[in-house]
Amino acid sequence: MSSDWFRLILGLLIALGFSQLNALFLVWLERKVAGHIQLRPGPMEVGPHGLLQTIADGVKLVGKELILPFKADRKLFFLAPVLVFTPVLVGFLVLPFGQNMIIRDMNLGVLLIFGFSTITVLAILAGGWASNNKYALLGAVRSVAQNIAYEIPLLLSVMSVVLMVNSLSFSEIVNSQKTVWFIFLQPLAGLIYLISATAETNRAPFDIPEAESELVAGFHTEYSGMGFGLFFLAEYTNMFIVCAVATSLFFGGWQGLFGINLGIPGVFWFLFKTYALIFIIMWVRWTFPRVRFDQLMNFAWKVMIPLSLVNLVITAIVLKFV
Amino acid sequence: MDTAGLDILNQAGFWAMVALTVAGASIAIFPRNILYNVLGLALCMTAIAAIYVFLGSLFIALMQFLIYVGAICIAIVFAIMLSRPLHLEMPPRPASKVAMATAAAVLFFVAIVGVVLKTDWTPSAARVADSSLWSVEAIGRALLTRYELVFEVISLVLLVAIIGAVITAGLSRRLSS
Repeated sequence: MSSDWFRLILGLLIALGFSQLNALFLVWLERKVAGHIQLRPGPMEVGPHGLLQTIADGVKLVGKELILPFKADRKLFFLAPVLVFTPVLVGFLVLPFGQNMIIRDMNLGVLLIFGFSTITVLAILAGGWASNNKYALLGAVRSVAQNIAYEIPLLLSVMSVVLMVNSLSFSEIVNSQKTVWFIFLQPLAGLIYLISATAETNRAPFDIPEAESELVAGFHTEYSGMGFGLFFLAEYTNMFIVCAVATSLFFGGWQGLFGINLGIPGVFWFLFKTYALIFIIMWVRWTFPRVRFDQLMNFAWKVMIPLSLVNLVITAIVLKFV
Repeated sequence: MDTAGLDILNQAGFWAMVALTVAGASIAIFPRNILYNVLGLALCMTAIAAIYVFLGSLFIALMQFLIYVGAICIAIVFAIMLSRPLHLEMPPRPASKVAMATAAAVLFFVAIVGVVLKTDWTPSAARVADSSLWSVEAIGRALLTRYELVFEVISLVLLVAIIGAVITAGLSRRLSS
């Protein structure tokens, strides 16, 4: 029993450290990708190729004053950034980084991650509402509407993989992709998952909750210093988690392609695939314009949900008769 | 850690969750700020999910969390978007409404207490020992065999709700214009 607790606490500490490092790296990567796509070099001054730029930015954020807007709801305003970070940590509990590199191998891991990801929405709502600012409130309300719409196809596409494996445990799902990745068997579900995950993390082209050109910064308009920093950290860690889940569900997790491992340890395969997916999501952000709100809702309710439902039913029928 | 120490820790955790449930429920009822109410409800539901963990069913706990916190509370937020602006002065609660709500709550409470007293409880440790009886698979099997009728009636209720929502949202508006 006590070794279990030790593993849990040590794992959570590592996850906490890893999420900071990961966010520092991803912010740098995002600025570099954006720069090169727009034919400019991106940050170059601090460290080699600007690698230390985000550390400097982070130190600046920690040093800044936390400003409480006039007539804001004090309790909720400070609770929201903390609340937004909880689900992110829970996600690390069940992610399979390698054969035995999993903090807690639960047989309901998939449910745990998606269950806790809904807290993010409540935190965004609380923060946006407590700011007492019309842009923040509009951003929060948009975020709720968008998250409800895209959570349904997300869960339905995950369900079709779960049906094939007959298990909700990440390590069993990865183990059953030893030879063929599920992206080849479930291409539609994989695509739906990636699109919905982009929307769930509020990334462009689905970034209407924080649309700069219309809402300043959306739900975190009024946040300064580390309040803003925590929202930022949660966004980038969330991006890592949805890509890591996609890697485990559709791209074989810690396993190589078609059972060929090339002698590379599983954790490197896992991280390589996850960061490749993150790169694709960034690429999409800097390539496509933002969709309009009505287009976004229509796309979710009229295209994604019917398609994922049909996919689920076909999967069930094929599994029954094959 | 020895078993006695762990037992005390378990007890403390359980009562902390009970306290959180009650606190969340009070936040859901008493403040006149509707956003506090919904966040209190979310807290209450989360604590109830934690109590299911103590009862040894992680699956029910996660479902409770996914459905009540993830879906119901957020659906309530949708309703809040349509309600009156929060900065306006709230009218006092009419006594008749409070009385009716209290009566309904007391009725429900009596029914729940009746069920609690009638049920033959077994300690969770004894049930968890036979894990094959309480797995996800067993729940699925029970839902589609012994409790099939209840399952279907619930889906019928949901279907009626969906059709009602479609009619109130779409058809009536189209007919009146």
